[in-house]
Amino acid sequence: MSTRAIESPTGSALAGRIGLGRTLTLVARLREVGIVLVLLAVVAIVTIQAPLFFSVSNFEQILLNVSLIAIVAVGQTTVVLTRNVDLSVGSVVGLVAFATGDLLKEHTLGVPAAIGVGCLLGLGLGAFNGLIVAVARVPAIVATLGTLYVYRGLDFIVAGGKQVSAIDLPRDYLGIATSSVLAIPTLIVAAALIALVAAYLLRNSGPGRELYAIGSNPAAAEVVGIPTQRLIFGAFVVCGLCAGIAGVLWGSRFGSVNALAASGLELQVIAAVVVGGVNIFGGSGTVIGAVLGAILLATIENALRILHLSEFWLLAIDGAIILLAVGTDAAIRGYFQRILMRTGRR
Amino acid sequence: MSLRSLALFRRWETLLVVLLVAFIVLGSSLSPYFVSGSNFSNLTSNLMEKAIMALPLALIIIAGEIDLSVESMLGLASALLGFTYALGWPLWLDIPLVLFVGAMGGLLNGVLVTRVGLPSLVVTLGTLALYRGLASVVLGPRSVSGWPEWFTNFGFSNVPGTLIPWPLLVFAALAIAFLFVLHRTWIGRQIYAIGKNKEAARYSGIDVAKVKTYLFIFSGVLSALAGVILTARFSSARADNGQGFVLDVVTSVLLGGVNIFGGEGTIVGVVLAIFVIGVLRNGLTLADVSPDTQSVAVGALLILSVAGPTLVRRISAAWPRRQLTKPVSNS
Amino acid sequence: MRWRRCSQFAMAGMAILVVAACGGSSGGGGGASPATLNIAFLPKAVNNPYFDVAASGGQEAATALNGQFKQVGPSEATGAAQIPFIQTLTQQSVSAIVVSADDPDAIAPALKQAMAKGIKVVGYDSSPAKDARNVFINQADSKGIGVVQVQMVCDEIPGCAGEIAVLSATSTATNQNAWIQAMKDELASNSKYSALKLVKVAYGNDDPQVSTTEAQALLTSYPNLKGIISPTTVGISAAAQVLEQTGKAGKVQLTGLGTPNLMRKYVKDGTCKEFALWNVKDLGYLAYYTAALLVQGKIKGNPGEKFTAGRLGDYTIDPNGVVLLGPPFVFKADNIDQLNF
Repeated sequence: MSTRAIESPTGSALAGRIGLGRTLTLVARLREVGIVLVLLAVVAIVTIQAPLFFSVSNFEQILLNVSLIAIVAVGQTTVVLTRNVDLSVGSVVGLVAFATGDLLKEHTLGVPAAIGVGCLLGLGLGAFNGLIVAVARVPAIVATLGTLYVYRGLDFIVAGGKQVSAIDLPRDYLGIATSSVLAIPTLIVAAALIALVAAYLLRNSGPGRELYAIGSNPAAAEVVGIPTQRLIFGAFVVCGLCAGIAGVLWGSRFGSVNALAASGLELQVIAAVVVGGVNIFGGSGTVIGAVLGAILLATIENALRILHLSEFWLLAIDGAIILLAVGTDAAIRGYFQRILMRTGRR
Repeated sequence: MSLRSLALFRRWETLLVVLLVAFIVLGSSLSPYFVSGSNFSNLTSNLMEKAIMALPLALIIIAGEIDLSVESMLGLASALLGFTYALGWPLWLDIPLVLFVGAMGGLLNGVLVTRVGLPSLVVTLGTLALYRGLASVVLGPRSVSGWPEWFTNFGFSNVPGTLIPWPLLVFAALAIAFLFVLHRTWIGRQIYAIGKNKEAARYSGIDVAKVKTYLFIFSGVLSALAGVILTARFSSARADNGQGFVLDVVTSVLLGGVNIFGGEGTIVGVVLAIFVIGVLRNGLTLADVSPDTQSVAVGALLILSVAGPTLVRRISAAWPRRQLTKPVSNS
Repeated sequence: MRWRRCSQFAMAGMAILVVAACGGSSGGGGGASPATLNIAFLPKAVNNPYFDVAASGGQEAATALNGQFKQVGPSEATGAAQIPFIQTLTQQSVSAIVVSADDPDAIAPALKQAMAKGIKVVGYDSSPAKDARNVFINQADSKGIGVVQVQMVCDEIPGCAGEIAVLSATSTATNQNAWIQAMKDELASNSKYSALKLVKVAYGNDDPQVSTTEAQALLTSYPNLKGIISPTTVGISAAAQVLEQTGKAGKVQLTGLGTPNLMRKYVKDGTCKEFALWNVKDLGYLAYYTAALLVQGKIKGNPGEKFTAGRLGDYTIDPNGVVLLGPPFVFKADNIDQLNF
């Protein structure tokens, strides 16, 4: 019992003292505030160098670019909270994007039906991941590394070397990405809605809080009677659904889809999630944090372009940020643990 | 190792040999060009970089960690080699430099995992991106060619008079060395011990951090070596060399019978698995199946290679037999 | 038990070597006999509509000549990605490889190995290194292609003055680089364009998504941009899409190289007033035909040789081993409906 308390992440250790709900809130708020501060700092620095950075249209571009990643990040957060990871999200987005585009191109289905099918496809792919992880008990790294390639390969088979171009797609569909709701682009509204709904459910619903418990201490969660495998399966289904939604919107945003769409997206999403304060060990972190992390990374990417710096730095920066973020989190955790040990909590 | 798991291994490696033969048969039925000396020679030479990276990765996974950054270190090595060569530096200077950078990259992984205590999955995901990104920064989108003939011959050609590609000699030497170290020396026993139970290993006096760090360093060096060989084989240094290799390398190790949770696995199994995947890919390629489509098969193999033994373990654990050692949960 | 494992290893190793020895060093035979035409197209990437059109031309020639046609290629346009395909084709002993090079030097060693085996190599669209191919079919004079694009952007921009940018394919592509160099030379030397300033060459890698983000980045980073030249079909359609989405169509002019089917909508609504290309199908047809003639020994690929390429007529190989298809064709609203590809 005592060794468990020290080994488990900060969240649950603190939770013992001031209650789970308030602990999550406290840690989450700290992290979110931190990201916003860094974001403001970046904006300030870049604006001084290049004033045209600070404009509504530019910020709109940033948020539009973020919206799809943010949606996927919401799903990824759900999975990471349970101490798993889904590396296949890029392939899911790509496969759904092409399938949806193809259905529309061949006029097989109307726009709403195609969107529905796309989302269902994402859900199904996520469910398959969930099966492998929760039922066959294959570790998530391995399972989703495998499905990353399986789904992408299926994408290539389905695509058969063809692509879907903007001229093949119906006006209504393309219009989703350019339309607005009350002067805010639809994509941004959609992403914000999904994030808020997910944040609410994770914080306030039974299954949501149980996800945190599973991530904090899977063995204890089992003992307490939480249906861990079922919930983990559910988390992967949600992740697949989010990736599916992003895939459906992908064609609208970019106009052209080929079998390579969204390659490498998983790295960006994990970077966003990790920067956003979601603990890779599971058990703590928020969807809002992940979204803020995605915004921060997209802002940095945009800044690089505005400052005419080489885009080749982007990937290296993403990698360095992942390392920095996780390292900082570990340092903070270690700090809290030392405090707790000193206060005699055994 | 308990008697029961030993029996499992004997079955597993036999299974691999069966798979290998099955894929050879499949390959020959798909294309008349499959069964030929020159094809096997090509197939082998295409495999060597991944094979070289799989050896240290096997040890790392046995020790309970993972290293996803191998393909990016390969790319970084290739980019650096090209960059320095284009500057006019001679190869006898560039290659050791590149290997040194590989060691440093591995050291970074090792330090982050052992000193800072970060999970190796995330660290090596980060360095997967970081090293590939650095490769792009170093070389940009260009490629460097114009290598000396001895260099390209080494990567591309066979030992004169035979069908043996030069890199196969390198790999064979490494494989034998790894086989010896893992199965015959106390270092190998330490690695198994760490993989089975990190805490028990530490309490019995093993310097877990040092062993793991060295394993990561080796992984970095050998990935860099693979990068040099790939550059020689393609006659072209590029920042995107090696992209996508990590699937085959990880699959080779896991398919080879190495337990993803650590503590079990053999070099023989890994070598067999390397060729199983190589033969499968080659057979499909000759049948004009695109590499991306082939990845469906390899991805499925990866999942099955872990799901299979896991299920077998669950079944045999459920068997009502007296167990010699209680399975201890690894993190 | 260790010996058991070692012996299994030895068994497997020996099995491989034995099969290899039995297979002999023949490696599946040398080049195909002159009568069979088994020609493979290896474009920069297979996801590209431009190359699909060329492939249809190749297929047409194959049918006319009673030969075989197939197209293989990587999904991503990188030089290194083409190498395994060249090796496979070599292993399969095709009669000829018709290749559009992403990186002229990277694929040279593999092509030379193919040629050493008796396989003919014909470059099309983008040439491999000169000593790694027998003949190169150039769609049009490289200088001419560059010049016409500068001309078009000048025609489109009011006053022919302001900042322009180029959205290219991959940075190593021989053809785009040759055209961009021709553009730069033309901008520098011709006083008509003295008020035009090339501020950036961006690379979309012939990937729709990358091209889209690069196009967006151009618009954001260079707010005074007056024109974009995109000498690649994937790039120009991505740029057109972006201009329409951001509402900049008409304010920032667009031109370059594109296929009529992809660009028809944009030409008619004014986003892209004119663009150029050539008959891509004919390019594929000519490439296949030339390869076939080489395989059959009817031409050797030497400078000065003349030959007739089926329905396209007579061609001569120039001193650099290059065959020119013809001049570029400018598409505008009044003629875009003429061609369907």
